Amino acid sequence: MRLYSFLLKLYPASFRVEYGDEMRAVWARRRRDASGPHSVALLWIATLFEVVSNAAAVHWEILRQDLRYTVRILAHSPGFALTAVLVLALGVGANTAAFSVTDFVLIRPLPFRDSDRLVDLWEKLPGYGTMELSPPNYVDWRQMSHSFASMGAYWHTAVNLIGMGEPEHLQASRVTAGLFPVLGVQPMIGHGFTAAEDREGAPGTLLLSYPLWQGLFAGDPEIAGKRVKLDDEAFEIIGVMPRDFHFPNRGAQLWIPMRFHEHEPDFRDRANNYLNVVARLKPGVSVAQARAEMVMIAGRLEKQYPDENRQTSAAVIPLRDELSQQSRLLLLALSGAALCVLLISCANLANLLMARGLARQKELAVRAAIGAGRERLVRQLITESLVLALLGGAIGLLVAAAAVPLLARLVPASLPIAQNPTIDLRVLFFAGAVSILTGLGFGVFPAIRACRRSDFSALREGARAGGGRKERLRSALVVAEVMASVVLLVSAGLLIKALLRIQGIDPGFRSRGVLTLETALPMPKYEKTASRAEFYGRVLSAVQALPGVSGASYISFLPMVMTGGIWPITVANGDEETRNSAHTASLRFVTPGFFATMGIPLDRGRDVSESDSIDAPSVAVVSESFARRYWPDQDPLGRHFKMAFSDRTVVGVVGNIHVRGLDRVSEPQVYLPYRQVKDGWLIGYGPKDLVIHSNMSPSALLPAVRQIVHAADPEQPISNVRTMADIVDDQTASRAAQIRVLGAFAVIAFLLAGIGIHGLLSFAVSRRTQEIGVRIALGARPGGIVGMIVRQGAWLAIAGAVPGMVLAYAAARAMQGLLAGIEPGDAITFACASGLCVVMTILGSLLPALRAVRIDPIQAIRTE
Amino acid sequence: MLHPDHAAALLPLPAATFHILLAVAAGDRHGYAIIQDVAAHTNGDLKLSPGTLYRSIQRMLERGLIAETNERPVPEFDDERRRYYRITAFGAEVARAETRRLTQLVTMARDRGFAAGRA
Repeated sequence: MRLYSFLLKLYPASFRVEYGDEMRAVWARRRRDASGPHSVALLWIATLFEVVSNAAAVHWEILRQDLRYTVRILAHSPGFALTAVLVLALGVGANTAAFSVTDFVLIRPLPFRDSDRLVDLWEKLPGYGTMELSPPNYVDWRQMSHSFASMGAYWHTAVNLIGMGEPEHLQASRVTAGLFPVLGVQPMIGHGFTAAEDREGAPGTLLLSYPLWQGLFAGDPEIAGKRVKLDDEAFEIIGVMPRDFHFPNRGAQLWIPMRFHEHEPDFRDRANNYLNVVARLKPGVSVAQARAEMVMIAGRLEKQYPDENRQTSAAVIPLRDELSQQSRLLLLALSGAALCVLLISCANLANLLMARGLARQKELAVRAAIGAGRERLVRQLITESLVLALLGGAIGLLVAAAAVPLLARLVPASLPIAQNPTIDLRVLFFAGAVSILTGLGFGVFPAIRACRRSDFSALREGARAGGGRKERLRSALVVAEVMASVVLLVSAGLLIKALLRIQGIDPGFRSRGVLTLETALPMPKYEKTASRAEFYGRVLSAVQALPGVSGASYISFLPMVMTGGIWPITVANGDEETRNSAHTASLRFVTPGFFATMGIPLDRGRDVSESDSIDAPSVAVVSESFARRYWPDQDPLGRHFKMAFSDRTVVGVVGNIHVRGLDRVSEPQVYLPYRQVKDGWLIGYGPKDLVIHSNMSPSALLPAVRQIVHAADPEQPISNVRTMADIVDDQTASRAAQIRVLGAFAVIAFLLAGIGIHGLLSFAVSRRTQEIGVRIALGARPGGIVGMIVRQGAWLAIAGAVPGMVLAYAAARAMQGLLAGIEPGDAITFACASGLCVVMTILGSLLPALRAVRIDPIQAIRTE
Repeated sequence: MLHPDHAAALLPLPAATFHILLAVAAGDRHGYAIIQDVAAHTNGDLKLSPGTLYRSIQRMLERGLIAETNERPVPEFDDERRRYYRITAFGAEVARAETRRLTQLVTMARDRGFAAGRA
């Protein structure tokens, strides 16, 4: 019997109260009639099915009734329905958009088989953090370790594809044959690399990325077996990788086997770090265990090779965690802001519904009087809020779909995932869950409150609805809205200030009017320094002769685009060479005129010149920071230091530039003359980036430059055409995107909080009509009445703003990493936020206050 | 669409509803008695479960086909907990309408050669 009573709980309470006893009685008779364990068991089974299906049917009937009623009610007050749905759409839309990006970047597993078992391996050096592996260390680590089921390596390179129309410069990865099996990914067309293809002297083979196959090869299904030329070497296309395969990042366009040359010096140098390594953990082995094993192995290798592997330890990092702290913070801040907007939306709607609940008191009392139980009324009200929530959610989803592409900037390029998050089932589910929770969140409380008072007293004409407690609750909701909007305002303000500070940083070079493009010279062909020099000479002399061009030059890598290329320094005054960040500098080869073209001031000495040839003494131009570090109070000209296999003499000192980016500390810079490098040495540093300073628009300049490059070498592609200004702007692009979104959130929150104050005060004024009428009749002056209302608004604002400031400070501390040195307690930002709060309070209270002043005392007193 | 107060708007009746109407037409009955009555008249083919019974009763009350009665039968048969139901005038009208509908159907079936009692 107890079990049956328990089953009855599946019915709606209203039904249970009405018929529960009867049903229990009937069932008891049946139970008595059933004899023998067999028929008792059958009875139970039948009962179970019967209760479940009938309870569902009863629920459905009630839902249908409630829905019909809801549609009628909402159609009666379209203004309310529209406001509620729009407020909800904003809240749900903001959260869905934020979630779709956060989920895409931070939560969802990477698109590889059992991706949580994949880790990156790094060498770890004091002062450097993590560093790529050298090939011999990779081979040793793979052979000595037992934590991994498999291990593969790759390094990033770029190749020129020739023979398919215009020469193309493509991003490629050289991979070991084992790499794709480690990831658990198979080509979509053709087959993966075999060990035979990944061997010295093997014929060249390559795999295409899906976009490259679609673009350059028009999606040719018979692509396997076709031949192409990469940098002068013939390659056979053996397949195409799947569409969602972006490895190591979304820039990857094709993959080539590594084809190690085991006897080459390049391969045997333990200090030549360029291999990225991915491994799959054996089942049951944790990341910590693998890390411990690798640290031990690195320790053994350090003993074995005390010079090359000095202080070299190992790092094991799950693939998913290879994400900068900044990207993570940007997304978390965004999610937090979205949550604030949702909370404000909820508070606003709860307030709206509570006010409505009061207005509907009579209707509810009538329904209660004709026999509707409280549970039924609450249920009806919750159905109403859920309908609103789901409508709002549906529109919110559209808002999110429109907003997600704007947020794509926040997807870091370093992850092996696509650029654009997709709105998929997970996101739909999230939006649905948020909508329903929201509906319950803002609906349940007002519903219960509204029904608590739904007795007959409300039916009496003139009964005044709402007591002090209710108003306190509504005030608390408005206070919470003000609080959340202050947090958002302050956060947005701080981030805007940080953005302005970063944008205000002088990069150290001219960014306006400088066009850049890349002509990456393919290597066996341009291995000889003289052949490169000839190419540069032909291009530069022709470009410099173009009308409007005031300077053109080549450099190894553009600042902010390539932030690496850091070398150890040995200075003759006793410092020994250490692989230590205290003695490093960025290394670049330049052609004469680079500093003038880029507007980098030449403080002392001279620029590199054409006469700085391989036979002349090795010279260098260094940055002011370099000179200051080694020769603080002396003349740096004529001093010596050792870098990149040679002893160099300082002949010039130039201004510092931000190589690593606007808001990051950069190493001192060393510029070497482009001719002073032996054939085949440092070929990765061969100048490839052309910078042109001119007063012409890039589009006007580019065709002529293309022609010049084509004339110098018809097989030479041009890539990465950009202005220096774009490169600098890119530094803050993801920040700017985040601030746009956060700023929009803050504005929405601010408006909603203002509307909240307005709504509450309007309601209070209408409730206090009589009292105010009496006051006016007794001679209260309009100023006094306005003051009274505005004071009430001000109290709400202060009650919300003060804890809001405290919370905002806590939030700012949490995202200090994004603030670029702006103090979390920045006085100006907090002052602005408080100022806005004052404005909001005044605007929110003004209309209600004016309405209060216009109250006609005679009318107000007579209504009673 | 017919007004729900119109008897024809409720036709055809669900089988359980019609049986319950027939059961209470014979006299005021409480829930278990209705179940027994229906079972007896259908040779045990239709055994109403408590859920189906009271769900139907609720709907029939809402539509005014039956009413709860406050008059109690002879005290020794009475059970405090029980509620008794009686057919209303509207319920009787609906039952008649349903009977008419079914009779027409059966007549038509006979005309087409489907005689009762034969397979």
